[in-house]
Amino acid sequence: MNQGVSSLCSRSVVALTARCGVLSALIALTACQPAVLDPRGPVGEAQKTILIDSLAIMLAIVIPTLVATLGCAWWYRRSNTRARHLPDFTYSGQLEMIVWAIPLLTIMLLGGVAWISSHDLDPARPLPSKDPPLEVQVVSLDWKWLFIYPRQHVASVNHLVIPAGLPVHFSLTSASVMNAFFIPQLGSMIYTMNGMATQLNLHADEPGVFLGLSTNYSGDGFADMHFDTEALPMDRFSAWVDATRGTGPTLTSQSYTELAKQSLGVAPFTYRDVDPDLFKNIVTQALPPGPGPVEETSPGASKRAEK
Amino acid sequence: MLGKLTWAAIPIDQPIPLFAAGFVGFIIFCVLVYITLKGWVPYLWREWITSVDHKRIGVMYVFLAGVMLIRGFSDAIMMRSQQALAFQAPGYLPPDHYDQIFSAHGTLMIFFVAMPFVIGLMNVVVPLQLGVRDVAFPTLNSVSFWLTATGALLVNVSLVVGEFARTGWLAYPPLSELTYSPGVGVDYYLWSLQISGVGTLLTGVNFVTTILKLHAPGMTYMRMPMFCWTALASCLLIVAAFPILTATFAMLLLDRYLGFHFFTNEAGGNVMMYVNLIWAWGHPEVYILILPAFGVFSEVVSTFSGKPLFGYRSMVAATLVICILAFMVWLHHFFTMGAGADVNAVFGVTTMIIAVPTGVKVFSWLFTMYGGRIVYSSPMLWSLGFIVTFVLGGMTGVLLAVPPADFVLHNSLFLVAHFHNVIIGGVLFGAFAGYTYWFPKAFGFRLHEGLGKAAFWCWFIGFYLAFMPLYVLGFEGMTRRMQHYDVPAWHPWLLIAALGAAVILAGIVLQIAQVVVSFRHREQLRDVTGDPWNGHSLEWATASPPPPFNFAVLPRITEDDTYWGMKQRVLRQTDTGEEPRYEDIELPRNSPTGFICAFFATFMGFALIWHIWWLVAAAFVGAFVTFVVFAWRDRTEDRIPADEVARIDRANRAARRAALAQMQPAQ
Amino acid sequence: MSAAQGTAGRDLRMGHAARDIVSKRIIVGYGFWIFLLSDIIMFSAFFAAYAVLSGQTAGGPSGRDVFHLHIVAIETACLLLSSFTCGVASIGARAHNSLMYYGSMAVTAVLGAAFLFLEAREFAGMNAIGAGPSRSAFLSSFFTLVGCHGLHVTLGLLWLLTMMAQVFAKGYRHDILRRILCFSLFWHTLDIIWIGIFTVVYLTGMAQ
Repeated sequence: MNQGVSSLCSRSVVALTARCGVLSALIALTACQPAVLDPRGPVGEAQKTILIDSLAIMLAIVIPTLVATLGCAWWYRRSNTRARHLPDFTYSGQLEMIVWAIPLLTIMLLGGVAWISSHDLDPARPLPSKDPPLEVQVVSLDWKWLFIYPRQHVASVNHLVIPAGLPVHFSLTSASVMNAFFIPQLGSMIYTMNGMATQLNLHADEPGVFLGLSTNYSGDGFADMHFDTEALPMDRFSAWVDATRGTGPTLTSQSYTELAKQSLGVAPFTYRDVDPDLFKNIVTQALPPGPGPVEETSPGASKRAEK
Repeated sequence: MLGKLTWAAIPIDQPIPLFAAGFVGFIIFCVLVYITLKGWVPYLWREWITSVDHKRIGVMYVFLAGVMLIRGFSDAIMMRSQQALAFQAPGYLPPDHYDQIFSAHGTLMIFFVAMPFVIGLMNVVVPLQLGVRDVAFPTLNSVSFWLTATGALLVNVSLVVGEFARTGWLAYPPLSELTYSPGVGVDYYLWSLQISGVGTLLTGVNFVTTILKLHAPGMTYMRMPMFCWTALASCLLIVAAFPILTATFAMLLLDRYLGFHFFTNEAGGNVMMYVNLIWAWGHPEVYILILPAFGVFSEVVSTFSGKPLFGYRSMVAATLVICILAFMVWLHHFFTMGAGADVNAVFGVTTMIIAVPTGVKVFSWLFTMYGGRIVYSSPMLWSLGFIVTFVLGGMTGVLLAVPPADFVLHNSLFLVAHFHNVIIGGVLFGAFAGYTYWFPKAFGFRLHEGLGKAAFWCWFIGFYLAFMPLYVLGFEGMTRRMQHYDVPAWHPWLLIAALGAAVILAGIVLQIAQVVVSFRHREQLRDVTGDPWNGHSLEWATASPPPPFNFAVLPRITEDDTYWGMKQRVLRQTDTGEEPRYEDIELPRNSPTGFICAFFATFMGFALIWHIWWLVAAAFVGAFVTFVVFAWRDRTEDRIPADEVARIDRANRAARRAALAQMQPAQ
Repeated sequence: MSAAQGTAGRDLRMGHAARDIVSKRIIVGYGFWIFLLSDIIMFSAFFAAYAVLSGQTAGGPSGRDVFHLHIVAIETACLLLSSFTCGVASIGARAHNSLMYYGSMAVTAVLGAAFLFLEAREFAGMNAIGAGPSRSAFLSSFFTLVGCHGLHVTLGLLWLLTMMAQVFAKGYRHDILRRILCFSLFWHTLDIIWIGIFTVVYLTGMAQ
C-alpha cells in the first residue's frame, strides 16, 4: 500500500515538476527584470560574479548530496528486496572523515572568497578612476530621499542624477529612522542612520535609468521610498546641474526642517541652492532629528496620503 | 483611572480588524459555551489547566502552537494577497494595517508557533526518553506554559483593543522609539514578549537540569537518544540567549516609558547597539528552533529506516559545535550596517563554519538510510521533504554569508525566501514530523495516514510555489515589507507566490481534517502496544498514552545497553510476564499556580501597555501573593499506592501482550 | 524497601524517581545555578550597554562629576558584610540554630536595606541636580545597570523576609532549607555582580 501510494506520488511529482519548469521558463521570458543579475557597474558586476561562482561551488556539493539522499531513500525502501540490509552499519571512520572534510573544504574555499571579496568590495573603498569621484550626500527622510551635491550646490528630492563613467562617492545619513540606500543594478546597499555618516562608492558604466529604493523598512510610507537613478553622459550631467541652478526653492535649515516632516508620495523636485553646512549639521545633530507623526493618530487609523 | 485606554482603542471604524476580531471572538465564545454546557470545565481544570504533568503541558504547548499557526498564517494570506493585488494600486490593506500584519506575522510565527511547538515536543518526549517520571521542576513547567500563553493572548488582544507594532518583528529603533511609534503597538509587542520570554527562560533552566541531572539509573550521557541531546543544546542556548532579549527589550521599554536614551537619536543613544544586541539573541534563537527539529529527524529517520542512527558520537559533537558557534555569527544579519571589511569578513567566515556540522548531520541521516529498510510513513515524508528543502535553504544562507553577496540581497525577498526555506523546511517540517510520530504516544491512537500524506504534499508543493518566486524577486531587486509597488516584472511572481500560499492553506485544512477524522476513527487507529513504529528509545516501552507516572518501575540501564537496545530489553520483561516489585509512587501535585500567575501577568501586561498604574501594582501584588501561597503549601506531592500502580501497570501489560498475540511479528 | 511518605517534610530523593537518582537538594541547587547564570548574562548585556554608552554624556555630567566614591565604598562594605552574615544564616539554618539563623538574617536584611537606602539617596541626588537617566545615554545606562542590581537586591530582601517568615511558620523543613540555599546563592551572586559594577562603573568612571 505504501509503495503504491509513493510511486503514484513520485509519478505525479515528476509531471508536476515538468509543468512547473515550463511555466517558469515562460514567465522568465516574458517578465524578467533581473536587476541584481543585470548589473551596470563594476561593483554590481563583481557581486554578480561572486553570486554565480559561490552558487556553482555549492551546487557542486548540494546536488550530488540531494541526489544521493533521494536515491538512497528510494533504493532502500522496504519493498526493494534487491537492496542490501545493513542493520549494523552505524559507524565508519573513513566516512566520518570524508563527511567532516567535504563541508570543511568547501567552506574554506568559500571563506577565502568571502574574505577577499569583503575587502575588495568594501562599500567605503574608493573605486579606481583617473578623475576624482562625484560627491553626493544622501539623507533619508520620512518618506523620501534627499540628494545633495555639495560641490555643485544643488539638491534633488527622489531623483538621483549622476554622470556615467565617473565613480560617485556617497556620504549617507538619515534624518530620523534607519533606512538603506540601494540601486540594485549598480551594486551594494548601505544603511543610513541618524547621527552618523556611512560611505558608499558606486559607478555606472553607461548611461541609463535604474531603480533605486530603500531596503530597510521605515514606517507607513516605506513603499514610496523609491527613486529613479539617471546616469547621464558627462556633458548632459553638467547641463542638468546648470538647469537645476536656475529654478526651484533653496535648501536651508528652515526648508530642510519643513522637508523633514512626515509626508508620503513626494513627487521629485530640485533645489537650486544648498546651505554648504547642511549635511554636516544633519550628521552632527546640530539640526535635530526629524519629527514623528504630527498628531497622535487614533490606533489603527489610516494615514491619508499627501499626494 | 484607565490610563491611556479609551473607547477609541476599539477599531470600530476599520472593517478588517473589526471583522477579524468579531469572528475570532464569536468562535471563542461558542467554544467556551459549548465546553461549559457539556460540563467539561471541572475536567479541564483538574486534568489540564492545573496539571504539572509534562505530557499534558507538552500537549497544551503544541495546541497553542497550532492555534497561533492559523492566526499567523491568516496574516500570511493577507500579505500575499495584498502584494498580489497592489501592483500600481493601493491594494485592500492601507499601510498601517499592512505594517501591523507583517509585524504580527513574524512575531507570532517565531514566538508563538515555532517556539511552543518545539518546546511542546520536548515536554512530551524528553522525560519519557530519559526514563524518568517528570521534569526537574514540574510546577515551574506549568508556569512557563501559562506565561507563554499570556504573551500569545496579549498579542491577539492588540487586534481588538489598540494596535500592534508597525515596526517589523524585531522592532528596530529609532522607528520603535516613542517619537516615531507613539501608539501602544510597540508596547504590546514588548510586554507580551517580555512575559513569554520569562516562561521560555524557565523552560530552558528546567530542561537543562532535567537532561543533565535526571536520568534513569544507568543511562549515561552517551546512551541518551539524539532528541535529548538536541533538546539539551537548544535549552542551553535558551538559557544563554534569552536574558539578552530581556535586557534589550527592557532598555527599549525604559526609553519609551521613562525617557531613557539607550537607542534614541538624541542624547547619545546608539541604534547600532540595539541591532547588535537583538541579533546576539536572534541568531541563537534560530538554532534554538532548529536543533530540536534535527533531533526529531534523527529519531524519525532511524526508526523508519529500521537502523540505528549513523555516527551517533559525531552527531552529538556536531550538535554541541552548532550550540557554541551559534553565538559567533550574529553580525551576518547586518553586514550592510557598515562595520568594515575585516569585521564583515570574520563573521562571514564564522557563518560558513557553522554550515559544517549541519552538513555532517545531513550526511549522517543519509548513511542512516543507507542499508536500511525504509517505510514511507508521513513522518518519513516530512523528513525527506526537510532534507531537500533545508539543504537548499542552507545553501542560500551560505550564499548570503558572503558579505558582498549580502550587499545586494540583504532585506530583499531573497532573504525572506531563505529564512522561510530553513524555518518552514527545517523547523516546521520537523515539528510536523515529530507531531505525527509522537501523536500516538500522547493520545493512544495514530493520526490518519492518508490525510497526513496529502497534507505533506500540499505543504511541500505549496512551499515551493510560494517561495521560489521570492528568490527570483530578490534578484529582481524587490525588497521586503512593501505595501505596494509599480515594477511590472515583479507582479507575476507575486501571483504565483499567492497561489502557493493557497496550496499551503489546503495543507493546513487537511491537517485539521486529519485530527478530526483520526479522533472519529480512533478505535481503528488505536495504538495498543505502545510501540506503533517499532521505535528504539524508552518512550516506546510505555503504554500509549503513558500512565501519569510514566514507568511503574524506572528502567535500569545496564552497561550492555546502547541507546538502540534499551526499549527491547525493557519490553522483553513486559512481554515475558515477569512482574516487577511495585512500590508507592509520589507525583507532584497539580497546582493552579501557573494559571493564576499568568492571569495576573496578563493584567499586569495590559495595564503596563495602557499606563493603568494602579492595576500594574495590584497585578504585581497578586502575582507575588500567588507565589507565597504556593510556597506555603505543606503537601507538594500525591502518593499513588503500590496497589494502584500495580493495577494500572498490569492492565497496560496485559493489553500489550494481547495485542502482540494478535499481530504478526514486526519486520 | 518501605514506601516513602508523601509530604514535603522529608528530604526525598526526587519523590517521583527511583532511589538511585540524585537528591532533590542537588537538583534544586543545580537548577538555580543555571538560572543564576542566565541572570548574569542579562547583567552582561547591561554591562555591555554601559561600556558602549559610557562616553555618551551629551554635554551633560560624566561619571567623575556625579560619583561619590566614599558612599560607594560604604555600600560595598554593607553588601560584602551582608554576604558574610548570609553565610552565617545558612549555617544556622542547616544547624537548626534559630538564634543564629534569625539573627544573621536580620543583620543581612538591615545591611541590604542600608545599601538600598544609600543607593536610593544617590539616585535621588543625581536626579535633583539634573543628572537623571533621561539626561544622556551614559546616565541612562548607569541608572539601568546599577538600578537593575538594586532591583534584584530589593527582591532579594522580599525573599529574605519571606524565608524568615517561612521558618517561623513551618520550622526547618527540607523544602524550606532548599529555598534558603537558593536565596543565599542569589544573595552571594548579587554581591559578585556588585564587585563588577563597582569596578566597571565607579572605579573606571572616576579614572576617565
